[in-house]
Parts: sequence; C-alpha cells; structure tokens
Amino acid sequence: MNKALHRMGEYILLMKKSITLPDRWSMFFKQLVREIYKLGVDSIWIVIIISIFIGTVIAIQISLNINSPLIPKFTIGYTTREIILLEFSSSIMCLILAGKVGSNIASEIGTMRVTEQIDAIEIMGVNSANFLILPKITGLMLFIPVLVIFSMFTGILGGIAASYLASEGMTPASFEYGLQFYFNSFYVWYSIIKSIVYAFIISSISSYFGYYVKGGALEVGKASTNAVVMSSVMILLADVILTHLMLT
Amino acid sequence: MIEIKNITKSFDGRIVLNNISAVFEDGKANLIIGRSGSGKTVLIKNIIGLMIPDSGEILYDNRNFLSMNKAELKPLRKEMGMLFQGSALFDSMTVLENVLFPLDLFSKDSVRERKKRAEFCLDRVNLSDAGHLYPSEISGGMMKRAAIARAIALQPKYLFCDEPNSGLDPKTSLLIDDLIYSITKEYNMTTVINTHDMNSVMNIGDNIIFIQEGIMEWQGNKHEVITSHNRALNDFIFASDLFRKVKDVEASQEEG
Repeated sequence: MNKALHRMGEYILLMKKSITLPDRWSMFFKQLVREIYKLGVDSIWIVIIISIFIGTVIAIQISLNINSPLIPKFTIGYTTREIILLEFSSSIMCLILAGKVGSNIASEIGTMRVTEQIDAIEIMGVNSANFLILPKITGLMLFIPVLVIFSMFTGILGGIAASYLASEGMTPASFEYGLQFYFNSFYVWYSIIKSIVYAFIISSISSYFGYYVKGGALEVGKASTNAVVMSSVMILLADVILTHLMLT
Repeated sequence: MIEIKNITKSFDGRIVLNNISAVFEDGKANLIIGRSGSGKTVLIKNIIGLMIPDSGEILYDNRNFLSMNKAELKPLRKEMGMLFQGSALFDSMTVLENVLFPLDLFSKDSVRERKKRAEFCLDRVNLSDAGHLYPSEISGGMMKRAAIARAIALQPKYLFCDEPNSGLDPKTSLLIDDLIYSITKEYNMTTVINTHDMNSVMNIGDNIIFIQEGIMEWQGNKHEVITSHNRALNDFIFASDLFRKVKDVEASQEEG
C-alpha cells in the first residue's frame, strides 16, 4: 500500500514537472511534430488493418448469432456500428495502442535514463521531464482522436465488406440501413473524448515508468511491461468511469 | 574556480562521501581518482547538482551553488559542460544535431551562426566529416569526441568528465586526454575529471585528488603522485606491474 501511494505521489510530481510551459517553444514544436509522427502516424497502418478485420468479424459473428426470423436483418449493421463506435474504436483500439505506443515511450525514456541522456539534459539546465514528456502527451492527445476516427471508418468498411461477402444472413442493403438506423452522433464524440483521456493515460503512465528506471537493459524491459499493464488497467478503469458519467 | 567544502553524502545511512573539501582551479585538469565504488561519481554528481549533498558547500567562483534558486541556476548551468561515461549522445539526433542542441536551447544567435558554431566545435574535435551520422553509426572514440564538442558548444567555464577513457583503447584514450587538456588550456576552463586510468593521471594530472572509501586521502599533482608515501595511494597507483617498474626506475634514477 505504501509503495502504491509512493508511486502515485511520484507520478503526480512528475506530471507537475512535465506539464509546464516549455523553455523554448520552437524546440517544443519540433519535438511535438516528431512525436506525432513517431507515435501517431506510424500507428495508422496497424489501426487500419486491425479495424478492418475486427469490423468484418463482428459483422459475421452477429450475423451468425442472431440468425432468427424474429430479428430484422438490419440489426447486424446497427449492432456492428454501435460496437465499433462505442467500444472498439476507442477502448479496444487504445488498449492495443497502449501495447505499441506505451512500450515505445517507456523503453525510449528508460533507455535515455540508463544511458545518462536525461542527466545530460538536466546538466544543461533544461527541465528534462517537460522537454521529453510534454510533447509525447500533447502529441498523443492530438493524434489519437484521428486514429480513432480512422478506426471507426475502416471498422465499418470491414463490416460492409462482410455484408458483400456473406452468402446468407445479411445483405449489403440491410447492413447499410442498419448503419444509419437510429444514429446518435454523440456516440462519436463520446468515443473521441474517451480516446483523449486514454491518450493521456498511455503517454503519462508510460513516461512515468520510463523516467524512473534504475539499472540497465533488464529494468528497461520490466518498465516497458509494467507501463503496458498499468496503462491497460487504467484505461479499463477510466472506461467504466467515463461510460457511467457520459452515458447514464 | 570551484571550491567544495565539507561535502558529506550518505545513502540509507551508509556514508559515501565523508567531509570532502577541495579546490579545483581554472585552466587546470583536476582529477578525482580512486577505486571503483570509492565515491568519485557520487562526488562529481554532487558538484554538478545531479545529487544534493547532506551537508557542505559548493562554490562556483564564490557563488554558492546549493543555495541558488531556479532562476539563478539557469545562467550557471549554461557555464557547465559535461562529458558522461557513456557519452550520453541523443540517439535520435545526428552528431551535428547533438552539438546544436545546447545552442538551440540557449544561444540567441541566428540559425546560420549556431550551425557555424556547431561545425566549428566538431572541427575542433576532428569530427567535421561525421556531422550527418547518428551516434549508433560511429565508434566509441568518436562518440566521446562528439560529446566533447557538445560540451564545449556554449564555451563553458566548467567542464566535467566522468571516466572519459572508459571502454577506449590506450591510443584513443591518450587522444581524448590530450583533447580535453588542450581545450582546458585554450578556454581556461575549470576541468574536473573523474578517472581511474593511470595514463590520464600521469599525462594530464595538474591537480589530483585521491578518494578512498569516501574520504579524501591525498591531494597533489602528477609529479608528486609517483613519489608519495601515502600507502593507500601507492596501493592504488602501483597496483599494476608497469607502474611499479616505473616507480623503481624513478627511485633508482634518484639514487643514481
């Protein structure tokens, strides 16, 4: 319990140190562009591939499971859309990104710590936490909503593809009708707001685990794993809280 | 000039530095020597502010380092350059970008002038052809030289080197020593070098401090180190056959 409180305190202090005005805005924007590219743009392909396949699979599985004359066919499109908009493109996609981006952040900062690169920044009189962590948090919070929107589109495209490929159970027309049926645009905003919170969780927790690494390569590996596990747990916890706050 | 007074540092009740006082003068290579685990790195980290001593004073040209606030520290930080044991070059930047880094942060010069200064520093350490390479693409000796170029980019008054020769072959070690020494003289810097390389001690030791188990055992220069009668120092310096033979030759020459 003491250890958990100590870590919580350390995390809050690190965030206080990180989230301040940058010393040099030009350097901050340079870092920000680099982080957006490295953490965000580089993740587009994995987001697209996963979303297409999962969208397809969701549509096929729903089609198989609600194959009843009492349930209208457009339910398949409707349910696929709701799953993708409400949970998959934000929460599940961010859990996947916590693995990819979170481990990247923790190992990068951790390696910088053990190879004294962070000390080198501190010696120059630069707030290393602000210089390294703030662009990552800002970059991810700015770009994750873009990835979520990509995921929504491609996930639904996967579902549409399934409706064309399926031999029975659903038709493209019924699927498309289902996609448009009882559409609530707030769900898109709900997803985007959730993803921004998740982006903060992933980037800040991973940065924390990387920043306080002590030791060598083994510890960097452990920090990377801990960052992914802790980010995932916190994403799930935040999911419950945000869903309760925004949808009930 | 850097003056440290009664520096004491402990970790979990274990005293690592015990009441150490010393003066590091301008234009001199000031060496801190001692066995691994003797407290050399802890001392240098205390001097540069990466650790805070439990008690004592650190004066940079009579400016009390430990009582400075953030705003006062900033200009002093610009006067410090540091060469880390593993070079600590930023992996994501090229050699030229590494040298430009402190200039981009602190210099008010134009982009062209900053680049010119970075190229001059690289040229000074004979790395003018390696500016476009990443740290992973250059050798250990080149990394040390690039780190020296980055450390001197802002023309610091104080240069700190932590084990500058670790992991280098003897010839490259001498080149690095000579480079640090010539830069120290050229810019009249206060250079503090943490080392256990005896070649460095004999080559550039203008002022040497010997630390044993957190206590300053001896202070002198490269000429005095050979003739010292301090037992702990002799055990450390003459641990190798080569240096024992050097001492024997010196002793026989004195007798002759």
